Amino acid sequence: MTEALRVAGLSHDWGRKPALRDVSFAVPEGRFCALLGPNGAGKSTLMAVLTGLIRPAPGVVSVGGHDLGRSPRAALARIGVVYQAPTYDLDRSVFANLKYFAALQGLSGAMARDRIAASLARLGMEERAGEKVAALNGGHRRRMEIARALIHAPRLLLLDEPTVGLDAPARAAITAHVHALTAEGISVLWATHLVDELHPDDDLVLLHQGRVAAAGRVDAVTGATPLAEWFLTRTGAAA
Amino acid sequence: MKALIAARAIITRELARFVTQRERFFAALVRPLVWLFVFAAGFRAALGLSIIPPYKTYISYETYIVPGLCGMILLFSGMQSSLSLVNDRESGTMRLMLTAPWPRWFLLGAKLLAGAMVGLLQVAIFLVIAWGYGLKFSLIGYLAALPALALAGIMLGALGLFLSARIRQLENFAGVMNFVIFPMFFLSTALYPLWKMQESSPLLATLCEINPFTHAVELVRFALYGQMNLAALGWTVLAFALFFGLALLGYEPARTRSR
Repeated sequence: MTEALRVAGLSHDWGRKPALRDVSFAVPEGRFCALLGPNGAGKSTLMAVLTGLIRPAPGVVSVGGHDLGRSPRAALARIGVVYQAPTYDLDRSVFANLKYFAALQGLSGAMARDRIAASLARLGMEERAGEKVAALNGGHRRRMEIARALIHAPRLLLLDEPTVGLDAPARAAITAHVHALTAEGISVLWATHLVDELHPDDDLVLLHQGRVAAAGRVDAVTGATPLAEWFLTRTGAAA
Repeated sequence: MKALIAARAIITRELARFVTQRERFFAALVRPLVWLFVFAAGFRAALGLSIIPPYKTYISYETYIVPGLCGMILLFSGMQSSLSLVNDRESGTMRLMLTAPWPRWFLLGAKLLAGAMVGLLQVAIFLVIAWGYGLKFSLIGYLAALPALALAGIMLGALGLFLSARIRQLENFAGVMNFVIFPMFFLSTALYPLWKMQESSPLLATLCEINPFTHAVELVRFALYGQMNLAALGWTVLAFALFFGLALLGYEPARTRSR
């Protein structure tokens, strides 16, 4: 199976504090991979490295075979990102926010409009296109961000704790939407500390204290132990 | 071509933001107009101006400070743009821009250009009002001033960009603006010619001479009279290269210490 993402020997320090230590794993094409870890495990740092916002030393990130360090344009063009913190203009409409992002990716005119319409339809947000983002609830804002991340048809979707602050129905809906994207061949790396967002047949990378503590299919890695209990045992964190 | 679409989007967003922020628009205009109509009236009597290049005859104090006030607009505009950069970083939209598949210098350059265009728009309106007040320049002067103002705006925008790379929170920005804007403005030839400063304090005159804002103002002053001040041009270009280079370093993906 070809890999949408490969991370090899990646380390990063925040000042003198180690954040990531020799992190290596891969996300195969069309798979949902959960980057599971308690708060402070290094998930957001890893996401920042994967999107080129910070540069690892040492380490290699390869997206669809393109080295992020050597060919950042080719690598970044294949990535869609949903950050943990909101990244939109509240006082502009959903459509304007998506149009801005489409243009940042080099899309304009009819192609941009078509892609925006398709992305919004995919997330059930067509009727919200003209609304200001400030008027949307948290769940719809997240859906808008996911729709936005898909506009340029990325092969890899990175989501950094995308359900933080959402109520249970919104969390379930967004988790289901993103799982469904893998059927279209999109690979997903979903950072979370909430074990109920994972399916037994998902892939899992357990990040603990900046290191990969376990990796593999959820049901294979945890065996007969319930995931929440397994997570607690391995990290000492409350799931 | 695709990169130009991205650059246009960045510029359009910045212009739209400026147009919708009416308070910012009026504040940007009121500041230099107060200097022109109120302070200049008082300073006219206190300050005697001798004939210095590019002037060929005695001029009013109001005429003297027009280029300085153009520079003031660009200085504030540059800082305002950098404030919006800090705001973008706090709101997360900066991350969105920096993860677009284009070189960082290109994305930041587009942001810089957008800020300079906003500044130029404000200067154009100010010059129209000044024209109505009787402070008129030749058509050639206005045309020659356009690239000079653009370069000055880009240089001051690059300074703002550099500052925004170093400032982590909006709260810290207000203080830095006071430590940057006011010294730059008052330690320059915007309000008084260099020889006046030399008479008062050679040290302050030296500081004026090395202040890039002085050279931006002089570049505009000479251009408004259809003349080229090569030294001012050189200093302004050099300052732009320095500030933009430092800004790019500031926005480089953070490096960790080698292990």
